[in-house]
Amino acid sequence: MTFNLTPVLTSNWGGDKSWTIESYRRTGGYRVLGDALAMAPDALIQLVKDSGLRGRGGAGFPTGMKWGFIPQGDGKPHYLVVNADESEPGTCKDIPLMMASPHTLLEGVLISAYAIRANRAFIYVRGEVVHVVRRLLNAVEEAKAAGFIGKNVLGSGFDIDVVVHIGAGAYICGEETALLESLEGFRGQPRLRPPFPAIEGLYACPTVINNVETIASVPAIVRGGADWFKKMGTEKSPGFKIFSLSGHVARPGQYEAPLGITLRELLDATGGMREGHELKFWTPGGSSTPLFTAEHLDVPLDFEGPLAHGSMLGTTALQLFDETTCVVRAVLRWSEFYAHESCGKCTPCREGVFWYVQILDRLERGEGDEQDLETLLDLSENILGRAFCALGDGATSPVTSSIQYFRDEYQAHFDGRGCPFDPVASTVFAGAIA
Amino acid sequence: MTHENGLPTVSLDPRLGPGAALADPLSDAARARVRQLGAEVLARYPRPRSAMMPLLYLVQAEQGYVSPDGIKLVAELLGLTTAEVAAVSTFYTMYKRRTCGDYHVGVCTNTLCAILGGDAIFAALKEHLGVPNNGTTDDGLVSLEHIECNAACDYAPVVMVNWEFFDNQTIESAKELVDRLRAGDLPTPTRGASLVTHVETSRVLAGFPDGLVGEGPSAGPASVVGLQLAKERNESAPAVSRSKERP
Repeated sequence: MTFNLTPVLTSNWGGDKSWTIESYRRTGGYRVLGDALAMAPDALIQLVKDSGLRGRGGAGFPTGMKWGFIPQGDGKPHYLVVNADESEPGTCKDIPLMMASPHTLLEGVLISAYAIRANRAFIYVRGEVVHVVRRLLNAVEEAKAAGFIGKNVLGSGFDIDVVVHIGAGAYICGEETALLESLEGFRGQPRLRPPFPAIEGLYACPTVINNVETIASVPAIVRGGADWFKKMGTEKSPGFKIFSLSGHVARPGQYEAPLGITLRELLDATGGMREGHELKFWTPGGSSTPLFTAEHLDVPLDFEGPLAHGSMLGTTALQLFDETTCVVRAVLRWSEFYAHESCGKCTPCREGVFWYVQILDRLERGEGDEQDLETLLDLSENILGRAFCALGDGATSPVTSSIQYFRDEYQAHFDGRGCPFDPVASTVFAGAIA
Repeated sequence: MTHENGLPTVSLDPRLGPGAALADPLSDAARARVRQLGAEVLARYPRPRSAMMPLLYLVQAEQGYVSPDGIKLVAELLGLTTAEVAAVSTFYTMYKRRTCGDYHVGVCTNTLCAILGGDAIFAALKEHLGVPNNGTTDDGLVSLEHIECNAACDYAPVVMVNWEFFDNQTIESAKELVDRLRAGDLPTPTRGASLVTHVETSRVLAGFPDGLVGEGPSAGPASVVGLQLAKERNESAPAVSRSKERP
């Protein structure tokens, strides 16, 4: 058996007042900050490159390489921006991390900012989580009081300011260039790339944008070293990762494990599906990653595994649905989400996802036909790869993958009598109101 | 004139008609507060326009929504036109265009919560409160909205009140929740602080702490279920070699 839980980022979450600086320091927090600030910034970038850390926000881009793109000696200010806008449906790892241990993130921010020679860092957190906002604001104040944020941190000569910037309810701001627009005080609409943020990001200055979990992993890498990090995970996808298990499962929650585990291993360890039910379909990493079915239980969950089977690792948001769930209804709901969140900048996404909703609604009501499925696939071809940003691409994932695996279920809706499923049966309180 | 969802049309320009009644002017005291706190907000950023979002929260914290007068004040503080500010405030759903209840209830109806019971909860609350989506009860206490994924899928179905988590809801628990909000018997969020009003929440979201950070747990039960399992199974990450460990 290769599967082994590896709590690192989650290791202090159960502790009393784990969100305070006292508690964090008791568990070894900020102990490597001084070490890191004594290193040359380039040596830190090399360490992160050597560790093989890849972005935890969904794309899996090598973090050290991203940092290495920042021009040096260019005379411009550099910025570090943390993408804490966690909004991808199914994704629920960064919010509990920032609630339980905001200092893990903050220590990572300080080390990462130093490495890329940034004197200002922004944490862009979604607005719909006021208590997480409180914990972040408090952590910044505590770190200032401890001398970890400010001028000449720990006598290193390094100056750093950290600002918590609070979003206002737009999923699109999780897209890195839309996030920058939003942070500059505009509507959150994505920018054309190139130039990439590493060259012209915030205020047209070199900027690194990383996900919360990515930055929070940095202090552990400094503490343990690249070789230690690579003891976990696979060759191309090293390290630990928080897997978020949700839906019709016995024990939903956050499980930190090495990359490369399989859903079967995770389910075996956690009690499987809810009693008396079986897995029908699941997302490996949020609704923007194409659906998997029970035939994919043994796909290694690293950056390569799902890709080789027509999906993506995404944010390791494992949303599991059992046989009581209507896939047409599920996909309609996700499409309504994308329609609500489309920023309207580009035509394929703005128009395409609205057509998705109308057609899927018709199908779910039993008023669709075979031609509707062809129209959905045709629409998908006109969105995928033709939208301005990944939101449009992501919107096609549930549609095309559900037709691929469950065409017969769509067809079962054609008879005009509506959805053949009982929505009550799929609720968690099914027994209570049946 | 009403929208299809039954809400009055709100125009940003009071001269344009039905929105006029909602175009409350900011009081002098409110203006002074926004200017004072706004100066702190502006100081956070290298460029003033970055203060746009927190400033919009600050004016929302005065009136419960972002009024035309609020937009005018933000425009003035940033040296922008009102059109430039309105273009931003209307893009983001958390800036309200009309006042909502003291307690703004959001029911997640994104796929996972919807299927696990969110749809049924939302339908039940609409009926129970007698309001449509985005509607507010006549007493002004509770407004209802269906929301998208709020990053708490392991606690589905999820209901938010003023952006605090109420986890693992049922139809009955959600009805009781709104009844208590209306009765002034405020329930405690599952993971969060004692409820404050929507207006007070907006000020926190402008980046001004309210002293409630210490309330609520470090983490909810589902957040630590993996950590507990690791302990049960006696599993952990590989040990850090001593030469790497700091003294």
